[in-house]
Amino acid sequence: MRKAIVFGAAALAIVGAGAASFAEPVNDELVIDGETKIITRAKAPEGSPFEEVTSGWLYRTKETRALEADSFENPGMLYVERGEEIWNMAAGAAGKSCAECHGDASESMKGVGAHYPKWNAEAGKPFNLELQINACREANMKAEPYKFDAPDQKALVTYIKNQSLGTPVAIDLDAGEMRAWWEKGKEAYYTRMGQLNLSCASCHEQNNGKYIRADHLSQGNTNGFPTYRLKQANMVSLHNRFRGCIRDTRAAQPKAFSDVLMALEVYVAWRGTGLSVETPAVRQ
Amino acid sequence: MRVQMKNAVAGLAVSSVLLGSGIALAGTMAPDAVRIEDMELSQPLTDTAGDPARGREVFAARKLGNCLACHANKDLSNELFHGDVGPSLDGVAGRWSPAQLRAIVVNSKTVLGEATVMPGFYSLDVGADVAEEFAGKTILSAQDVEDVVAYLTTLKQD
Repeated sequence: MRKAIVFGAAALAIVGAGAASFAEPVNDELVIDGETKIITRAKAPEGSPFEEVTSGWLYRTKETRALEADSFENPGMLYVERGEEIWNMAAGAAGKSCAECHGDASESMKGVGAHYPKWNAEAGKPFNLELQINACREANMKAEPYKFDAPDQKALVTYIKNQSLGTPVAIDLDAGEMRAWWEKGKEAYYTRMGQLNLSCASCHEQNNGKYIRADHLSQGNTNGFPTYRLKQANMVSLHNRFRGCIRDTRAAQPKAFSDVLMALEVYVAWRGTGLSVETPAVRQ
Repeated sequence: MRVQMKNAVAGLAVSSVLLGSGIALAGTMAPDAVRIEDMELSQPLTDTAGDPARGREVFAARKLGNCLACHANKDLSNELFHGDVGPSLDGVAGRWSPAQLRAIVVNSKTVLGEATVMPGFYSLDVGADVAEEFAGKTILSAQDVEDVVAYLTTLKQD
């Protein structure tokens, strides 16, 4: 069985077109539909190990980059459309939709997603959009919280984040205990994990710009999430990707939205400060 | 070095739980008995001489060595997508002795330093929170390592 898997993988590799070329991130500009300018290179925030933070878009092939630049071609836009339906649909015992309280998302949610994760005083921890939506569903809509990675959760988060398309990521670390969470996230980022003994930094800090097999390693910024991943032919949430990376180190996977992954989200989002929200980004 | 080897031999694995393959044979050095001194491990991990042809397979196999993930190697140019996180292994046999190559594959940190991202393929000195299915196991078996080392010693051409 093991042999069969190995040979299967080898066959797939041969089918894949073209050898990896050894290249740095490209010099290219991302303007979506010829109108929304995306900041894909920004001066790194103070305390960053980098001079410049770069979007994962710059590490993708010409074809993949083109998919993201055209919202008719971008497969992630289907999730934006689905998210808009959910936004306007009444749910839960209170019979309310998101729109009932928040109105037109293109106005009320404009720029909002660029500032998440955000301190939530009531919960005493940072909230990402998923946690905020679930809190709203329970308290105001009297609806069941979404399960992690439920298709509707991904669609709604994608839709809300898309209202910030082009807005630079800016996390408020002065609110509540955000700095302590940032510290905890930083510790997680540099902790070598699993049988393969790799930290986030092993790939995304020490080796970004290089290739792991056919994967061009980016800085691992979060500004494009949820992101459409061609490899999975699906929208992929940030915590799904965190867990996937951790699995690949052969470590036990923390639960989505657990304290350690929320801390990591705070820290990694901060590392990408200044990059535009690209949701739904298109990646390999 | 000799003294170290004595300890190593004393630690020959007889239990079946420690090895990646799940099978420990008499005459196989347990991972925690390995002592790398001065960036070398001259004592083979098993009694069976390494097989370079099998080592080439282990090297390329994604579920085993998966060495192409990070290293280019012209000898395997039929396989696409060689990584470049680590150096090219063309001519590696001319740059390192077999004992050094064995030490690097077993636990690269003892030769390349703590900061290297290269995993230790026959070491239990691993990262945090190892998943249950890999806990207490090495990435490769002792024989896999011997075979890979035998293969690496054939890579003489730059």
